[in-house]
Amino acid sequence: MRHRVGFNRLDRRSSHRKAMLRNMVISLFRYERIETTKAKALECKRVAEKMITRAKTDSVHNRRTIAKDMNDKEILNKLFTEIAPMFDGRPGGYTRILKLGFRQGDAAEMVILELVEKTTDKKDDKKKAKKSAKKEEAVAK
Amino acid sequence: MAVPKYKTSKARSRTRKSINMKLSAPKLVECSTCGNKVLPHRVCPKCGFYRGKQVLNLEDIG
Ligand SMILES: [Zn+2]
Repeated sequence: MRHRVGFNRLDRRSSHRKAMLRNMVISLFRYERIETTKAKALECKRVAEKMITRAKTDSVHNRRTIAKDMNDKEILNKLFTEIAPMFDGRPGGYTRILKLGFRQGDAAEMVILELVEKTTDKKDDKKKAKKSAKKEEAVAK
Repeated sequence: MAVPKYKTSKARSRTRKSINMKLSAPKLVECSTCGNKVLPHRVCPKCGFYRGKQVLNLEDIG
């Protein structure tokens, strides 16, 4: 039974909704941060998170499964080789939503949807550098 | 069957409904970085900080 497991239809026909979410997910993986409305962000998030979880194990089958919902080979490759490995050891929660306020015109709540970790971030390198520095200090002492 | 004897006047029905028409002022909190009043759980539109972190580069947006 999948009672009461709903989703937001976003006021679109299924083909329109599917196309839009597909485009949004590709944008999210390409730019790693997108600005959109809260409702769209929540729907985009669930698609994106499922993709990242699947992409954690790189196999032909997983690649084909995701390729069904992603018509961009470049981004598909980026997802498997760059994005998914960043989230190794993180059990979900790969994206973050930051609320910005309300849009002029229709008062829709705007948000930033972003990946929690960025491929451009050299956080890990810094952390590793700090750790090694600390180790060196400890050794010196 | 019991039936109302008099039509409910506009004033009477509007008075009854008015309790749900009240507007409330937005709850505002101070931005921990610049002190600007912002809606809670929102990025500060003045300095682009959220929970002590720069999340928006306002110069980029212009
Ligand atoms: Zn501020």
